Amino acid sequence: MAFNHYLLVCGGTGCESANADKIYKNLRASAEAHGVGESCQIVKTGCFGFCEKGPIVKVLPEENFYVEVKPEDAEEIISEQIVKGRSVDRLQYKEKGKEASGIENIGFYQKQVRVVLRNCGFINPEDITEYIARDGYAALGKVLTEMTPHDVIEELKKSGLRGRGGAGFPTWRKWMFTAEVKDADQKYVVCNADEGDPGAYMDRSILEGDPHSVLEAMAIAGFTCGADKGFIYIRAEYPLAINRLKIAIEQAKEMGLLGDNILGTDFNFDIEIRLGAGAFVCGEETALLASIEGERGMPKPRPPFPATKGLWGKPTVINNVETWANIPVIITKGGDWFGSIGTATSKGTKVFALTGKINNSGLVEVPMGTPLRDIVYNIGGGIPDGKKFKAVQTGGPSGGVITADNIDVPIDFEHLQELGSIMGSGGMIVMDEDDCIVDVAKFYLEFTVEESCGKCAPCRVGGRKLYNILDKITKGKGTMEDLEKIKSIGNAMKKASLCGLGQTAPNPALSSMHYFYDEYLAHIKDQTCPSGVCKDLVKFTISEEKCIGCTLCARKCPVNCIAGERKALHVIDQEKCIKCGECFNACKFGAVLRA
Amino acid sequence: MAKLSLDDLRKLRDEKRQALEMRETENKTVQIIVGMGTSGIAAGAKQTLSAFVNYLQEYNLTNVSLRQTGSIGLDHAEPVVEVRMTGMPNIIYGKVDTGVAKQIIERHILGKELVDEHVFDRPAPDIVEGV
Repeated sequence: MAFNHYLLVCGGTGCESANADKIYKNLRASAEAHGVGESCQIVKTGCFGFCEKGPIVKVLPEENFYVEVKPEDAEEIISEQIVKGRSVDRLQYKEKGKEASGIENIGFYQKQVRVVLRNCGFINPEDITEYIARDGYAALGKVLTEMTPHDVIEELKKSGLRGRGGAGFPTWRKWMFTAEVKDADQKYVVCNADEGDPGAYMDRSILEGDPHSVLEAMAIAGFTCGADKGFIYIRAEYPLAINRLKIAIEQAKEMGLLGDNILGTDFNFDIEIRLGAGAFVCGEETALLASIEGERGMPKPRPPFPATKGLWGKPTVINNVETWANIPVIITKGGDWFGSIGTATSKGTKVFALTGKINNSGLVEVPMGTPLRDIVYNIGGGIPDGKKFKAVQTGGPSGGVITADNIDVPIDFEHLQELGSIMGSGGMIVMDEDDCIVDVAKFYLEFTVEESCGKCAPCRVGGRKLYNILDKITKGKGTMEDLEKIKSIGNAMKKASLCGLGQTAPNPALSSMHYFYDEYLAHIKDQTCPSGVCKDLVKFTISEEKCIGCTLCARKCPVNCIAGERKALHVIDQEKCIKCGECFNACKFGAVLRA
Repeated sequence: MAKLSLDDLRKLRDEKRQALEMRETENKTVQIIVGMGTSGIAAGAKQTLSAFVNYLQEYNLTNVSLRQTGSIGLDHAEPVVEVRMTGMPNIIYGKVDTGVAKQIIERHILGKELVDEHVFDRPAPDIVEGV
């Protein structure tokens, strides 16, 4: 049966939580009721990436892109669009007043290049045949029948693919180290799906939208390195991703694409899922492996690296989800093709999770080397409410800030490092003028202190010390020596910590201090917080000249600490004030002063 | 489902590919637009539409996008179908039943000749302007 319409409903976690499942069911029910259930295919796909405007329903072939759809809109979509062929204009995505019907007209998608997310939002992740139709498992077939392990590694080398989990280690070298171990009785392949950076969710979306790409890549690694067993370590907080992975593994086994004698060859490969409890440190590879073994999730000193001595002491290839998702395309389209995307040292694309003070938050995939300006303004649609761009935090709690001065720097591994930040897993949190940089650094340190496993002293003690100093500064009790201390403790942590968590934990503090030294000084010397975030340093008063006695501030105040009659000067009771800033935002006459 | 060999995998891919390519929006060089206004539907546009769907699959035409639109005002000639493709003028066909649909595919799209007996003129210019 052929279909004349396709309705693609986003089934990512973001849209699911906004009732996408109900929309899907309502669409089905309406389609049946109108007698078009046979002629239109309704598919729940993976994340479209445009989470800001979710839930999203895309209708093909018209290419209508409906945003912020509600379950009750389903009936109208079916009766108008499917039955009568008229688009539902009120649901169409509109960009700055004009209507953009096709996905290619939407600024959010125009600058993007989708390699990793090639199938997300297009195929039904719970149907293996749709993945196969998009050349799925063709790479595995090619590897098993036409290539030697050496060929695969050469192809990866040509592609220049580097690990997408943080440090950017060349993937082909990792694989080669494991492949070269000859005397091992067992080897393993592991997928690191322990995505933990605040604000990052690209790995989750890949697993939800295109789980087979990861399974296929792991099998390819198994063949290349001589492993017949794989593990996916994923946090239990990702139930949808886990569920789709389970379905995918099941289907692949049924079709003989996993298990024994894959595609009729003598290659065997099996994958199991292991759930993590959500400890940040378990994203570190040695801690992750310990956790799979059933031990407490703590890192081990390296070397030996997992590539030669990993899971249960056996050689183990471990890559991050996004890295895996790149592998099948590299094999089918070739390393040269992949190498043609990106910059000289950083090849391919990178998926970023764009969040914070940005109009279009969501998942974006761009070629390596794309300037931050493109991501923030052209794709992200700029900063809401006409506020000023302040900085972007990349690499989550392990990274640093990129300021307006560096907004045109191409984003790749090297440039980010030069700027004192890292690629990390690809979280991008945008800050505007209302964000206090000291407070942001404190937030990340609070996170890393909380998540430190406590095994090594530099991280356990140093992190806590750093946090205390930042806390002091935000309370107006900081001194100039504290700034020196941040530097010396931070540098010691970088050098002496056992794993990436501790080595990078001081980055947010060091980097923000480097770029926003004045703001640190303002907290210490002038006892003020220029953004008005640090409550201990802020005081709200009402100007005698400007106040006209409209009573708006008094009505807005959540603790009723503003007194004053109509048309008379209002006064804030400083004892009771909780410094929420509601009065400051409410006053239309600029009479509430923040100092 | 039985375990796949490499040939089975390729066969399955080719079978499923066409169905998925219908979803693809790039590389569509031919557009068939079926008028699905109330009068069009009353005159049998739904049957025409599904006939096109079936013929497209039968002839394995993946570069054709099949769309629907509302009434274009030629109610006397419903069901109305417009065909746009490079190398051919944009043509509006009238009274397109399933048989004419087949001719449009075979003669217009594959044979690059007009299905003379069913050609209707372009719509009045004032309608075109709004498009």
